[in-house]
Amino acid sequence: MNTRWQIWLALVLLAAVIAAALYFPALRQQVDKAKQLTEKTAEQARRELLPPAPVASGDPRVRAKMFWGSREQDGKLSPVTVELPLSSDPALRAKQVLNTLLAGPVDPESRTLPPDAALLAFYLLPDGTAVADFSEAIGTSIPSGIQSEQLAVDSIARTLEANIPQAQRLKILIHGQEADTLAGHLDLTQTFPVNTKLLSLAAPATGQAQTSNTGSVAATP
Amino acid sequence: MTIRKQNLQLIFSFVLLSALTLILAWRVSPQTPSGTSVGTPIGTPVGAPAPPPVPQATASTNLNVVVLDPAHGGTDLGARGTEGIRESEVVLQFATQVRRALEAQGFQVVQTREGNENPSFDDRSARANAVRGAVFISLHVASTGLAGTARVYTMPDLPSANDGTGLIVWDRAQAPFTSLSHKLGDLVQAELARRFKGSPTEAQVAPVRQLRTTAAPAIAVEISSVSVADRASLDRMIPGVADAIARAVTAFKPSYVVPVIAPAAAGVHP
Repeated sequence: MNTRWQIWLALVLLAAVIAAALYFPALRQQVDKAKQLTEKTAEQARRELLPPAPVASGDPRVRAKMFWGSREQDGKLSPVTVELPLSSDPALRAKQVLNTLLAGPVDPESRTLPPDAALLAFYLLPDGTAVADFSEAIGTSIPSGIQSEQLAVDSIARTLEANIPQAQRLKILIHGQEADTLAGHLDLTQTFPVNTKLLSLAAPATGQAQTSNTGSVAATP
Repeated sequence: MTIRKQNLQLIFSFVLLSALTLILAWRVSPQTPSGTSVGTPIGTPVGAPAPPPVPQATASTNLNVVVLDPAHGGTDLGARGTEGIRESEVVLQFATQVRRALEAQGFQVVQTREGNENPSFDDRSARANAVRGAVFISLHVASTGLAGTARVYTMPDLPSANDGTGLIVWDRAQAPFTSLSHKLGDLVQAELARRFKGSPTEAQVAPVRQLRTTAAPAIAVEISSVSVADRASLDRMIPGVADAIARAVTAFKPSYVVPVIAPAAAGVHP
């Protein structure tokens, strides 16, 4: 191979290196996008596998009070009355109201829970502990911060309080597991009070209910 | 043969060059949303080293040390704004200014992190728990809330932390300090409300995980928010936040007496 060919080879290789260097960041962005899409698809697939909200055809339509974020007052909840077919069974009824809470209000700005979060299971224990098991999205898709996490938990607790009189305290699980925090701030290792009147009469059997005053109700329409 | 060897050397050099270029291109390209490509943490690791020596507490006033906790760090970026603002970076800036303001008032200040590392909740609490006469202030920037406001949170009352041994139970270490925390929280919130219109006038109660295991008056201060269009508007809040915290801690100092945990079984005060 003579010198001329060596120069040509060097130029070709140099051009290939430059082209690869230019193409690599774009390729990486595409890989990241594909990864996000795959994660979303997995979350959607999980939701599709879930049984639909248990709505029996015979359930009477009753007024339920849902607690979403207030548009008027920052960091507060606002009750909204909606008409829903609700079961008389407390656990089924709780699933129905929590699925409605997750579906969100008419105004998306008033959401307290991420739209891609799903309720995986709900149990009402004999001592009044309501155990709500949500998909990972409740922690990964919620806006980060003490205020937003507290508002999310309070919206669940106040909605249960308004519609499930038997529920005294709330335990939140994420994908069947006890989580340390919701999204890095709010403590999920203990329970949250749901019905404070009942709580004052009966002490919790396990864990301690922790109170808050951050998600207080703004106004009753 | 000589020509072939030269060609092989040339090709090998270009392969090496290509590999180096690709590695460089990979590192300078945008980070993944999960932040898994964050570089080696800098600064002093938290947790393993013993806390710095602490001045002896006096009989009536024990407050000498303020533990500042810039939240998140490392691969945990915290709240992220659309303009690329990262909570983990902003809180470090806040901590630097708050530290200066507190030191100017004569307090010794310890930080749970000074660089881009992410100590565990327990490691952060340990910085305050290893010190007698400290207060703990966790700094956050939210992704929600009215821009330009600041809120203070304290833990709700917890069941007694006395297990009969006279030792504080780690998981409920905050229990003996909640009333002091509320007092400190109200003082800081009142100072913040004076400076930032729209902020609450009293501290709020929320079960913040970081505060539960902290055996000292402990508060979380949350600024709104990383969602601002202009980073400068957050930066403008820093001096006000620093001054508010320093003044409130100074006002809190005379009333701070470390609670005594009595061993229930022996019935004897330590």
